[in-house]
Amino acid sequence: MEWKRKHLLGLEELSKQEIQLILETATSFKEVSFRDIKKVPALRGKTVVTLFFEASTRTRVSFELAAKRLSADTLNIAINTSSTSKGETLLDTAKNIEAMNVDAMVVRHGLSGSPFILAQGLNCSVINAGDGCREHPTQALLDMFTLKEKFGHLEGLKIALVGDILHSRVARSNIWGLTKLGAQVTVCGPATLMPRGIEQMGVGVDYDLKRVLKNSDAVIALRLQKERQEAKFLPSLREYSRLFGINQDKLSEGSSNLIVMHPGPTNRGVELSAEVADGKQSVILEQVTNGVAVRMAVLYLVLGTKEEVVI
Amino acid sequence: MPQKIMDHETIRRVIQRMAHEILEKGGVEGLALIGIRTRGVALAERLKKAIKNIEGIEIPFGVLDITLYRDDLTLVGATPLVRQTKIDFDITDKRIVLVDDVFFSGRTTRAALDALIDFGRPAKIELAVLVDRGHRELPIRADFVGKNIPTSKNQKVKVVLGETDGQQDEVVVEDK
Repeated sequence: MEWKRKHLLGLEELSKQEIQLILETATSFKEVSFRDIKKVPALRGKTVVTLFFEASTRTRVSFELAAKRLSADTLNIAINTSSTSKGETLLDTAKNIEAMNVDAMVVRHGLSGSPFILAQGLNCSVINAGDGCREHPTQALLDMFTLKEKFGHLEGLKIALVGDILHSRVARSNIWGLTKLGAQVTVCGPATLMPRGIEQMGVGVDYDLKRVLKNSDAVIALRLQKERQEAKFLPSLREYSRLFGINQDKLSEGSSNLIVMHPGPTNRGVELSAEVADGKQSVILEQVTNGVAVRMAVLYLVLGTKEEVVI
Repeated sequence: MPQKIMDHETIRRVIQRMAHEILEKGGVEGLALIGIRTRGVALAERLKKAIKNIEGIEIPFGVLDITLYRDDLTLVGATPLVRQTKIDFDITDKRIVLVDDVFFSGRTTRAALDALIDFGRPAKIELAVLVDRGHRELPIRADFVGKNIPTSKNQKVKVVLGETDGQQDEVVVEDK
């Protein structure tokens, strides 16, 4: 299996083998972060720019550390300090940055599909760090990496995605990735936040959280995106938390081997109780550690390839 | 016309001799073996076993993947597969013997030295290779050589080992 893509825009277009290659490569990269000297020279002389039009701590820092541990130079552009606030278009901003000879652009944008516009208009590699409600591929890859590390395989695993499925790019990327690798995915959340026709993505739908927890090997709680709730999808946060928040009581319905994941940032007391978030079954911080290894693998693969451009 | 240079028995004897040479030169004090992926690992394991038979001591053993340290990463077409490096002991102040199958340009060894130094500061680093085929491109040479095989640049030295190739051991020189 050879990697031939110059960009990583989503998991929808990746094959099972391509996803497996990223996960395998990440396994090799994980060890680098545990050395005394956490750096290898693989991307020496490359420049990676993170261009974030939405708030982020984890993802941006994770990409920056990943690039630095591969010896690439990094540059961070946050939108409130950039020229877009003066009216420049997305592509113009990106083209101007590219004109300074950068090799990869890691982009987060509120509009679904925006990384495709960049990939078509730029010569450098584009990596999607979250676009609107569409995809957040590296988050799903690190979730899958963590699951694979915990269970040894993904085939046949029963994974529940709980919460705001409608607005969640993490859910979409995970559904694409996990189903391609043979896991059984069930989505659970308020009916108002459940996209119509989601079954067509090959997942089961269940509105009873306790039953879902009982039947799962792992649960990925999704962040309730308060910034995208203007349309009053929910009567109140309290009601959401009572029905779809995971606390110790509901968790005890499932197996003691059930693991709890969350892409962060967690709204404590909403999606997860503090007890569960810090509990024995939670692997939230391991996900963060694995995120660096997965992003190192992605940067290494997309920046290393000299093959034709495949979008 | 492929030419068989070493067979299973020769390789076995060569490994024995190299184990003795390594011990003769510095004993077992602080000694550790590190195999360079892929076939260097199998050879390092064999040397470790031979040393155990001679001295009755288990010496530390590690695996090094040098992909990320290659000087031709930007030249090769697709990205080479990165595999795991596994060195579970502190290499600082140790006498490290790097093990590889074929010594050719010296570029693999250069990459391995860079990789190793990121893990600590060994007292000494030595190099053991099964075959030295000539054509060095860097001022690096092997300390322990199984066999010197003069070759031309357009020939290929193929090392086959049971552990990695699932066939009986042999070393073959063939035209590209």
